[in-house]
Order: sequence, then structure tokens, then C-alpha cells
Amino acid sequence: MSEIHAETVAFVRETMLPAEAPPAREAGAVKWLRENLFSGPVNTLLTLLGLGIIWFLVSHFWDWFAHSVWSANSLSECRQIIAETWGEGARGACFAVIRERWNQYVYGFYPSDLYWRPTLVFGLLFVALAPVLFSESRSLRRLILGLTTAVTLILLVALGTPVLWLIFAAAVTIGASVIAERHPLYLLIFSALYPLLGVWLLWGGSIWGVIMVLVGFGLGWGAWLVAARVSPMLSAVAAALVAMIWWIGFAGAAASDAQNLIPLGITPVDSDQFGGFLLSITIGVAGIALSLPLGIVLALARRSDMFLVTSLAVMFIEFIRGVPLITLLFVASLLLNYFLPPGTNFDIILRVIIMVTLFAAAYMAEVIRGGLAALPKGQYEAADALGLDYWKAQRLIILPQALKISIPGIVSTFIGMFKDTTLVTFVGLYDPLKSMSDAVRASTSWKGIYWEPYIFVGVIFFLICFGMSRYSMYLERRLARDHR
Amino acid sequence: MTDVSAPATPPFRLSMLVYDRRYRSMTFQVIVFVLVMAFGWWLVNNTIQNLQALGKDFNFGFLFQRAGYDLPQTPIPYTSDDTHLRAAIIGLMNTVIVSILGCIAATIVGVVVGVARLSNNWLFARLMTVYVEIFRNIPLLLWILIIYALFTEILPAPSAYRGEDPAWSMVLFDNVALTNRYTSIPALGLTNDPGSLELGARVSVSWALIAFMVVLIGGWMVRTALHKRAQQIQDATGQRPTTWWQTLAVMTVPSLFLIWFFGLHLLPPELKGFNFSGGMNVDNSFVVLWLALTLYTGAFIAEIVRAGILAVSKGQSEAAFALGLRPRRTMNLVILPQALRVIIPPLISQFLNLTKNSSLAIAVGYMDLRGTLGGTTLNQTGRELEAMVLMMAIYLALSLIISAGMNVFNSRVKLKER
Repeated sequence: MSEIHAETVAFVRETMLPAEAPPAREAGAVKWLRENLFSGPVNTLLTLLGLGIIWFLVSHFWDWFAHSVWSANSLSECRQIIAETWGEGARGACFAVIRERWNQYVYGFYPSDLYWRPTLVFGLLFVALAPVLFSESRSLRRLILGLTTAVTLILLVALGTPVLWLIFAAAVTIGASVIAERHPLYLLIFSALYPLLGVWLLWGGSIWGVIMVLVGFGLGWGAWLVAARVSPMLSAVAAALVAMIWWIGFAGAAASDAQNLIPLGITPVDSDQFGGFLLSITIGVAGIALSLPLGIVLALARRSDMFLVTSLAVMFIEFIRGVPLITLLFVASLLLNYFLPPGTNFDIILRVIIMVTLFAAAYMAEVIRGGLAALPKGQYEAADALGLDYWKAQRLIILPQALKISIPGIVSTFIGMFKDTTLVTFVGLYDPLKSMSDAVRASTSWKGIYWEPYIFVGVIFFLICFGMSRYSMYLERRLARDHR
Repeated sequence: MTDVSAPATPPFRLSMLVYDRRYRSMTFQVIVFVLVMAFGWWLVNNTIQNLQALGKDFNFGFLFQRAGYDLPQTPIPYTSDDTHLRAAIIGLMNTVIVSILGCIAATIVGVVVGVARLSNNWLFARLMTVYVEIFRNIPLLLWILIIYALFTEILPAPSAYRGEDPAWSMVLFDNVALTNRYTSIPALGLTNDPGSLELGARVSVSWALIAFMVVLIGGWMVRTALHKRAQQIQDATGQRPTTWWQTLAVMTVPSLFLIWFFGLHLLPPELKGFNFSGGMNVDNSFVVLWLALTLYTGAFIAEIVRAGILAVSKGQSEAAFALGLRPRRTMNLVILPQALRVIIPPLISQFLNLTKNSSLAIAVGYMDLRGTLGGTTLNQTGRELEAMVLMMAIYLALSLIISAGMNVFNSRVKLKER
């Protein structure tokens, strides 16, 4: 049989054929297109729909965007330039408004010779945040601090900062970069001082007020040390009491006496001169910094076994979460004067910060409570078994894990709060979105300009919020301790 | 056996209030209670003093005075001669209307976009991602203002629809006219109008509406009964009787009969003089607020839906296919019940957010609760304290009602653990 076979077969290949190239439809871009865009009738329809949407957007907005004008002094001048360059009837964006009103959008009505102060505060914010936010990665911290130093110093020089302050800024930023290389934890001292420094630089006034607040902390610490010899339990109470008594009873008088004796201070700036992104970021940062600790306290209170504490926390949280932020802001602007002793009148920005903080803290408390609940019961039991008391257990075992679990929720609360800072427009503050754009439109040269300010403000908000959410993803990855 | 006697209880000492864990929480609570009471008393005392200094009192009598201002959109009849109370109720109704319609539309947008983000189509999924990220990271106020500007700046006055060759034409088969002041949509007309039921206080409900509600609710109850019976038969015999045509009939036939009986038809808007009439002219403040709330909340719901679907492990759908379930039944019986469990709690909080965000109506002048009670009424009567307290109480009640209602729903889909 095989012989016959061998005779009838005319040709037998003895070497392997080289591999054929795959068919065109099964390789490269064509394959990708077939799989991802045209894999079936529904898919094809969706692709066409998507292309249609893109075409609609591009055909409507591309011309407008491509014809944009970046330097002009008024809307009419803008339109004239567009008509001259692109012919009669051409549409175009007039982003010149941003160039011309940049300072107003960023600093509000802050005195223009003092622009360096908010700029310095903003630059130092990153120095203060470096040990907190970027403690996990040395290279990232190096990058952030280096960039901060360079950009802040260049901006300060450009804004005509007094030499003394320039030296101060250089010393702090460069010093921080150097210290961060060896002892990053020392930077936390600056982070702790930063709120006082920031408030003083932004609002100005006598430095003695700041010093007296610090003295209060010092006295509290002294009281802590003294009371700790008698009883560790009393030390916290004593410290709080002494500091409170100092701040409420003596600090104000001491500050004004010291100011009369040795006047030391910088030009004061009123709250109604704040506006634009300066206002948003001030409220946002203050709210974020204050709402996290308050939220933690509320969450712990809600989970405590003390009935009274729990029910107070539940009532507070549910009340705040049940009403819109706008009504709370109206309470701050309309009603707070009813609740305070007759004749008190305190700063509107401070009132708004308090309300925004309370609002965010209630949401934060719920997020952190979720994190606490998600922690396995064994962790609590292990802490008890080690003989840790409540606060030690919370500080060393429970909270680090619970906060790590709740990072996404915490950051989205931050983002929500930062977006909500735009609502301060309804209590008469100059937020960048509505009040500032209205103010720009109120001038004769920019009457009737709608889209460009909105787009500009929207882009800035998007960058900040998107940046925050990306940072939270990075942090989650960095802090992940499980092996996947 | 050694004699184990109970240790002698130490005599109570004052320091035990601090050091003994049994008493410490008591001490702490008493201190907190005293502090809270003192704080509350301080607030009340200040308020009383301040009110006295201003020569005001705390009473809600102003609610029964004449309001004296007009409202553009009123679900129930209202004139400026009515009381502040009626204005506040209309404001509350407006809040509820925009919230309910917003929740429905946002859920639809959210589900569609959330599913689309998971689609195999690269382009469409990316587009939806862009939508979600842009809307989530930019303040709602900006979206309200942008959409408002779109409506007022780009859309024409009604007169643009006039003439032989008008500059603008109606959309959706000549049924909807978009103008810069209002959006004109078709109204519903009845040829056999059965009249309406007077509820008092100039509120009336059409009998036709009541008939439709009765028929729909009845149909739903019959449907539930049918399904229950089918389930019993399936449990007993293993065979599930076909019910889809019965369900369809029960749900549609009575309604279709009513439509025929009352002669229900659409009345498209027509341009008469300078304005559209015949249809329903919906004020743009409402349309803008509704659209902005829908698109903004829709982006959040899309993320929730996506996370919920991703939370169902792939093994679940593979197991369902291995059991021989068809894709639709896999979706209904295996994937959705598990995904809903993840989706519903955050969805509730989105609905609550939408309701609270509807107070941003202030930016477009939609007269919601804050616009009437917390706005014009407050400014006219100067009763800040009463108006704000009442308004916050109503918002709080609204939030609690929504979360209670949704929690009932949630407990029905929740995993039953034993």
C-alpha cells in the first residue's frame, strides 16, 4: 500500500514553510477596529453615534475655539479683531478677558501691591503639605518641593515682594527642601505653624495676635506638664482649660498692649477684599483642614457606647446632612447674629468657613464611620488584648486602618466641599464662578461675555478636583498593604 | 475546693468617677450633658435678648398674611392675594416636582451611561468617561449657569418662529418649541372631560387622572397576584405558566380603554401672536434646573451603576449560563439582584443630594421652597428666624422621608442573612 502511495505522490515537501502573515483582518489596526469598534451591529451603531457626537461638538465649537483672541481690551475690540482676521460674521472666543481680568479672578479685590502675600501663602501651602501628603515617596516630595521653591520665588520676584519677605520665602522653601532630605518629619513643625502664618499673611494686621495665640498653646503645654505629675487624666483637661482661659480672657488685651508698646505688623486687609480663587482656596483649604479632625471626632462619637454622646452625634450629623448647604450659609449670614451675644459681629468669611466645615464634617463622619465599621472586629479585640486604652487603641490601631479604607470617600467629600465653595456667592462673597463673572460683565468693556469666563473657571475647578481624585488613587496604591 | 468569696467591694471614693471605667463614662456623659445644655441655654438666651433689642417676637403669624407677590409657575392656583403659607406650599411643591423629575431622569441617564462605560465599544466608552469626569469635577452651579446661558443667549424669542420662512422651527415633529423664555411642550387634552374633584382650597384633581391612577395601581396589583400564582404553580409542579401576555394585557388594555373613552390626545403648541399657546409653556428656569441636576447627578449615578455591575463577580454570570439560563434571565435573576444591593445605598444618597441641590434654583430664579419661603417671604416680612427655621425643618423632613422610603426598598433587595 505504501509503495503504491509513494509512487502516486508526485511531490513531498521536505522543509517547513515560513509562517504566513496573518490575514489583514486579523492583525494590526484592522483587527483592533473590528474588535473594539465594529464587532457587531449594535457596536457599529454605537461607534457611529459616538462619531456623530464628536462631529457635532467639533463642528459647532472648533471654529469658535480656533478663532480665539487672547489679547484685547474689550469685547468690541475682540469682535473687531475676529472680523478682521477671519472675515465678517466669523465667530470666535474672546479669551482676552481672562488675560485682562486675570488678577481679579485670582486675587479678587486684594490690594494689588500686596499680591505677593496670597502668593507666598499659596506656595508655602505645598511646603506645609509636603510632609503630610507626600510622606511616602522621596522622589515625589523632592519634585514638589523643588517646583514649589522655584515657582514661588520667581512669582514673588515678579510681584515685587519686599526684600525681607523674599529672604524669608527663600529661607523657608529652600530650608524645607534641605530638611526634607534628612529629617522629613521635622517639616511637620512648619505644617503646624502654617495655619497661623497663613491667616496672618492673608488678613495682615499685628503680629502680636499670632504670638498671643502661640503663647496660649505654650501655656496649655505647661499646664499639661504640671498636671501630668498629679494625674495623666487631668492633664488634657488642664491644658485645654488654661489655653481657653488665656485665649478668651487675656490674649486680646495682651496683643493690643504689646502692639501699643512695640508696633509690629503688616497692612491689614478686609474680608470683603477677598475674592476669586483666593477666596475659594482659602475656604476650601480651611474647610478641608478643619473638617477631617471634626469628622473623626463625630464618627467616634457616633460609634461610642455612651448613649448620650451617640444620640447627640446622630442628631447633629442627620440634621446637617438633611438640609442643603445653601440654607446653612444663609444661617451664617442672616441668623448667626441672633445666636451670638448682642453686639458681636464677626467676620463673614470665618462664619462661612465654620458652616462649610460643619457641613463637610457631617459627611466626613459618615465616610469614616463606614471605614470603622468595615474594620474586622478582631482588630478592636486585639487592641483590647494588648491592654491599650481607648485613645491609644484608636490612635495606633483602629484609625490608621479605618482612615486608609475610607480614603476614596474622604477625598470625594473634599472634592464636593471644594466645589461647594462656589455657593458662597449667594451670601454676598465674590466667588470666581458667579459673582466674579457678573462683576466682569458689569463693566462696559466686557458686557455680554458669557462663555469664556465660565470655561476658564470650569477648567481650573476641573484641574483641581481631578488632581485631587488622581492623588487619592495614588495614595490608595501607595498605602495598600495587602499583596495582590 | 478553696473558698472563693466575692472580693469586698471597695468603698466608693470620689476619684473613682474618673479612674473607674464603670463610672467614667457616666461622669463623661454628665459633663457633656451639662455643657450641651449650657451651650443651648446660651444660644436661646442670646436669641431672646437679640429679638428684644430688635423689637421682634417669634411667631409664625406672618404665614397667614397676604403674600403680595406673583409666582411664575404654580402647580395649584395662586394669586398675589393668597397667603405666605400658600406661597410656601407652592414652593415646596416646585421643589418636589423638580426633585422627582430630576431623580427619574438622572437614574435613566446614569444607568445608560454606566452601562455604556462598560461596553466593548472603545470610542463610546471613552466618550462616556469624558462626560462622567467632566460633570463630576466641575461645580453644579457652573452647569446651571452654563445651561441657563445656553437657553437665554442662544435660543430665540418666540417671534423667531413667525413668518413664512421662520428663522427657527419646532423640534420633535413640531411638538416642542424652544424659546429664550420658556419651552413649549404639548399639553394633554380630553374630548370627554369628566370634570374634576374639588378638594377644597381651590385645589382640584381631574377625574380622568384619578381613573388612570386607579387603573394603573389595580393593574399592578393584578400583575403581582399573577406572578405570585405563577410562582406557586412553579414551586408545586416545576413548570412556570406563561404570564407575559397576561401581564401585558393587564397593564395596558385598561389604560388604552381609558385613553379611548376620555379621548385623550396631545395639543401641540401653536404660535399665536407673540407667544405660543395651546401647549404647555414650561418656564425655562425649571427646564434649566432640571437639565443641570439631571446631567450632574446622572454622572454620579453612572459611576455607582458601573461599580455595582463590576462588583458582581464574573463567576456568577458564568454559573448562570452553565445552569442554562438565558441572558435575560441571567440579568434579571442573578446579576441585577446582586448589583442592586451594591447600587441602592449610594443611589439613595444621590437622590438626597439632588433634592438638596435643587435649592440652587436661586441661581436661575426658579421659585422653589427657598425662593418663596426662604426668599421673597423672608425679605418681605423680615422674619428671618421663623422662615429659616421652618424652611430647614421642611428640608429635613423631606430628606428623612426620602431616605426612609428608599431604606424600605433597600431592605427588600438586601441580602437576607440568617
